[in-house]
Amino acid sequence: MKTVEIQLSRLAEGQQGTVRTLEQKGSMHRRLQDLGLISGTVVRCLRIAPAGSPVIYEIRGAMVALRTRDAEKIWVTV
Amino acid sequence: MKKRETDFVVGLVGNPNVGKSTVFNCLTGLNQHTGNWPGKTVALARGRYEYKGNGYVLVDLPGTYSLFARSEEERVTADFISSSQADVTVVVCDATCLERNLNLVLQVLEKTSRVVVCVNLLDEAEKAHVEIDLSQLEKLLGVPVVGTVAGCGKGLERLQGKVKAMTEGNIPTKPVQTVPKTGSFCGDEEHKTDFLAELYIQKAEEIAKACISGTGERPWQRKLDRVLTGKFSGTAIMLTLLMGVFWLTIQGANYPSQWLQTLFGWLGGKLSVLMQNWPVWLSQLLLDGVYATTAQVVSVMLPPMAIFFPIFTLLEDFGYLPRVAFLLDRRFEACGSCGKQALSLCMGFGCNAAGVVGCRIVDSPRERMIAILTNSLVPCNGRFPILIALISAFFVGGGKLGGLTAAAMLTGLVLLSILMTFAVSRVLSKTMLRGMPTSYAMELPPFRMPRIGKVIVRSLLDRTVYILGRAAAVAAPAGLVIWCISNIHVSGTSVLLHIAEFLDPVGVLLGMNGVILTAFILGFPANELVLSMVLLALSAQNSTQPLGMVLTGAGWTWQTALCTMLFCLFHWPCSTTVLTIYKETGSKRWTLAGVLIPTTVGVLLCALCNLLLK
Repeated sequence: MKTVEIQLSRLAEGQQGTVRTLEQKGSMHRRLQDLGLISGTVVRCLRIAPAGSPVIYEIRGAMVALRTRDAEKIWVTV
Repeated sequence: MKKRETDFVVGLVGNPNVGKSTVFNCLTGLNQHTGNWPGKTVALARGRYEYKGNGYVLVDLPGTYSLFARSEEERVTADFISSSQADVTVVVCDATCLERNLNLVLQVLEKTSRVVVCVNLLDEAEKAHVEIDLSQLEKLLGVPVVGTVAGCGKGLERLQGKVKAMTEGNIPTKPVQTVPKTGSFCGDEEHKTDFLAELYIQKAEEIAKACISGTGERPWQRKLDRVLTGKFSGTAIMLTLLMGVFWLTIQGANYPSQWLQTLFGWLGGKLSVLMQNWPVWLSQLLLDGVYATTAQVVSVMLPPMAIFFPIFTLLEDFGYLPRVAFLLDRRFEACGSCGKQALSLCMGFGCNAAGVVGCRIVDSPRERMIAILTNSLVPCNGRFPILIALISAFFVGGGKLGGLTAAAMLTGLVLLSILMTFAVSRVLSKTMLRGMPTSYAMELPPFRMPRIGKVIVRSLLDRTVYILGRAAAVAAPAGLVIWCISNIHVSGTSVLLHIAEFLDPVGVLLGMNGVILTAFILGFPANELVLSMVLLALSAQNSTQPLGMVLTGAGWTWQTALCTMLFCLFHWPCSTTVLTIYKETGSKRWTLAGVLIPTTVGVLLCALCNLLLK
């Protein structure tokens, strides 16, 4: 089965993906690590803000809001 | 709270939002105080409790996700744990989010073996149908694990017992080690950190899978979130709540304020009888100066704060406020800041000093500074009475429609101050505080029923009493000064009126006059004083005439009132706020900026208004 790799920001509400690559560097990268977001983590898109950003994701049991511009730098397979 | 030589020191660590403070407060009660870690700006709360004859000093370390020492908070926590200062470290975890919390537990276990793990919020986990096998967890971690519901005090005694046993060396521990001790790592620092971080996360996942069962789904929470963050429902609820809180605060504070004034008046009468035989100037100075001013500040400040802060804290504990930050983040991002500024802004409506303290929730230092510097742009509780009084006196007729128009005008002014906050934030982020908006990742905690009684007591003690204490401490000497300058006469008129005359040209330029400007200056200790200062200067403080008549009689026009209201919104922060800004930023330079920014806005706006209206 062919797996598609897309940006995290493109997940629809309710859709799930597995993290493949993280393009951020520096403090944002570390922040995400703190929250358990590493390669192989399963992430689910829960809610998109009315303004389009931020988006609430379910990461290891917690609900975390990430800005779209940051979610664009994370690639997941669905 | 005194620490004795024989006391044991217990460090309390954990992720944010796990109920660490609840554990801390339950164990130490009122026996606590907050201070800074030596040489740093991280505030630590220390408290003391006694258990079975021994004393324990509990140190509440900042909430942190890991110990990789990237931020000041993490450094302080890591240092504390590794140092010989801590006899025992208690790691508080959220049972509904255990896997993520285990990340920190494992990092702590890497540094010390004297650890007790506290799995808190078990009641929430139960509601979410999450089951945790605590004994299995204990086996896998190699250190004692205690389950608690800190809000009810359940399990805390067992926790104290385990801590005691740990200090006595009665518990054999074999903490699980995540990092392999053998082998070297080739690669740079950044990659090494990544590698280590992943080790911890994977180990946490492994342990979690072995101990936790259940889905953690709570449909009513998802539904509520949908409503609270929906495009129309979310905004509507937010605005309604904001209006509601305002209305409650203003309406609800009326009667208590009057009672307090009556009470203080009665007390003042008693005091004057006591001071009968004292020299007149002294008794007058103390009574009419120091006492009257302090009494007034307290009676006007206390009731609104006693209503506003508990409501705010309830919303905070319930978990609603992060949803507000979520809805507003985009707007703040466009100004170079973040959604959390919305929360400190809301706090500012209660009291700007409290709002400045509230900026601590903004993680990024640059964005925190923006939030601190712009907080005074929103009117605090102390400024509402002036605005309302002037609106009622100059802009509204009587009757039902009048009340509605007044509310609309007030709302308009509030919206103006919010817009100004956006504008100034934008300017600051492009000039003085230039830089990229950083690492925004906000956790939305699950909704929790707050313990209402405890919240009310806590917020009254922590916020209300504390702010009031500071305010009274400034009001007393201020009252002294005010009495002096209004009663010491130089060449026929009081010093107060001399000052007013001197400032008149500046005042007129701003659409006001010297008296008003002097009143604002004298209102530095507390904004509540401004109106009474105006009346004092006009020798009309005991007048029975309606305010409108008194002011028009003194030459005010509706333009004057408008400029006064604008200046009320945008002028230097009160002394308590200035002090707080200094304490939070640690810098005289930024404190000066905090004073000049709203003043500049006010001066420019009033001058412009004056120009357009004349």
